[in-house]
Amino acid sequence: MKNRLVVQIGLALLVLLGLSGGADSADKVKAVASFSILGDMVRQVGGERVEVVTLVGPDGDAHVFSPTPADAKMLAGAAVFFVNGLGFEGWMERLEKSSGFKGKTIVASEGVKPRTMVEEEGGTPETITDPHAWQDLANGKIYAANIRDGLIATDPDGKSVYEANAAKYLDAIAKEGEAVKEAIGKLPPERLRIITSHDAFGYFGAAYGLEIIAPEGVSTESEASAQDVAKIIRQIKAEKIPAVFIENITDHRLLDQIARETGAKIGGTLYSDALSGPDGPAPTYLDMFRHNIGTLTAALSS
Amino acid sequence: MIDAVVSPFIEFAFMRRALVGCLALSLGAPPIGVFLMLRRMSLMGDAMSHAILPGAAIGYLLAGLSLFAMSLGGFAAGLAVALAAGLVARSTVLREDASLAGFYLVSLALGVLIVSVRGSNIDLLHVLFGTVLALDDAALILVAGIATISLAVLAVIYRPLVLECFDPQFLRSASSLSSPTHLIFLVLVVLNLVAGFQALGTLMAVGIMLLPAIAARFWAEDISAMVLVAVLLAFAASLSGLLLSYYANLPTGPAIILLAGGFYLLSMLLGSRGGLIYRLVPRRHLEA
Repeated sequence: MKNRLVVQIGLALLVLLGLSGGADSADKVKAVASFSILGDMVRQVGGERVEVVTLVGPDGDAHVFSPTPADAKMLAGAAVFFVNGLGFEGWMERLEKSSGFKGKTIVASEGVKPRTMVEEEGGTPETITDPHAWQDLANGKIYAANIRDGLIATDPDGKSVYEANAAKYLDAIAKEGEAVKEAIGKLPPERLRIITSHDAFGYFGAAYGLEIIAPEGVSTESEASAQDVAKIIRQIKAEKIPAVFIENITDHRLLDQIARETGAKIGGTLYSDALSGPDGPAPTYLDMFRHNIGTLTAALSS
Repeated sequence: MIDAVVSPFIEFAFMRRALVGCLALSLGAPPIGVFLMLRRMSLMGDAMSHAILPGAAIGYLLAGLSLFAMSLGGFAAGLAVALAAGLVARSTVLREDASLAGFYLVSLALGVLIVSVRGSNIDLLHVLFGTVLALDDAALILVAGIATISLAVLAVIYRPLVLECFDPQFLRSASSLSSPTHLIFLVLVVLNLVAGFQALGTLMAVGIMLLPAIAARFWAEDISAMVLVAVLLAFAASLSGLLLSYYANLPTGPAIILLAGGFYLLSMLLGSRGGLIYRLVPRRHLEA
């Protein structure tokens, strides 16, 4: 009887040892990022040491994402979860709770100066926080620094790697910021006005001096009223706005209609909330800026 | 007053297009709704609008945002569900409503599955369903074409269809037209829903089909009069809904349907054929 107990305890210990041995052998830090842009940034800072999975993939819409059980399982096995914050991922808290995630949650936008945006719903304007902070490269630097600190806190052994990667990345972000400013500076100032279908470019516009007019509110869920569309058409005609832009995630039919009616140019696709696939024009955060600036210059300089 | 009604349509092409699209839909769909109501199949419209979804989704995934592919897919899926349900109802113990429920739920689940397996979570409702304010030429031609076809076909099958509504047993025993009539009618239902949902969204498609029809029930007894009243009510709801959306800054599809719903409630209260008030107020008997 006693012997059997000893054997059982011994077996249990063996199993425990085996489990911990398994955990040691998985040497990469498992990180989950809420959407593709953040996923790319974590990859840049984490480099080889970190395995990154994104919940909302390329060309997906994080506003209306609904997590699957596989997502919850993935999150439960992760050491660190990167989110944008500022109310961008409405589904995040529920997912965190239901998945039994026990790692660290890092809010990448922490320390960003939030902008507000006015969303009109049913005629009553409502001021809410604009979550699209990454569209300003200066905020991108804050994101990168937060990601670096989050990774160091999760995996202190990799501190030197993360710091080196982050320093290189911060440098690249700063250079891209200069390039964007230079490209916009070359455009005639009276043409720096665009219309786009989803007002995700508030931070971009404020940082680089571009006036952004949107036919819809902050969320891609709301449906435009006839009055909204009429107002925009009047405005384009009155202010001679040169170009209408289509995003990678919303319905383009409404914009087609507006362009047809006003003669404004349809300027091409601007990436805002999601990256393109690896073969697309905007596979990384910095590529997204290069692509958007190229598209904007082509439409606004002519 | 007249200026307030006319000026938005003069100033904006998108308002004219929306009006034309809605009027075309109002011409084709409410007569179908009248027959659905008389055959006690009012809820079928709703079920069918779900059945259309997977076909449209497959069309979208194969061909992108192509009006033709999505309409064709939606039409095929809707028709398959309607025919399968009709066939099961006619050859087994199940009633048509139960077999329809079975097939449309399978179809809907299949649609959601197809979309999820592709891994993209683009808001499908946003992509699959049009908006009244963004009707392009192709969508207008589709809606107008379907309205034309549906009126012409209704004219041809009108008599057997009326008979089938009131005395299906008689039609079945007296003529071989019963089954073909039923099938052609189902095709028309699916066609009109496809027209409505491509151009205006699901809510619009089912709403504009049924609300004017059930409101018309309170104003007319004879079927042809009922059809006429239903079409006129749908016209009125379309025009006033567009204007409401324009002046009160409300989303257009729901504005039109809510007004059609308002007409239904008013008809229920005031209607001259079995309306609530008409029933409650005691009438003088005609006495000789």
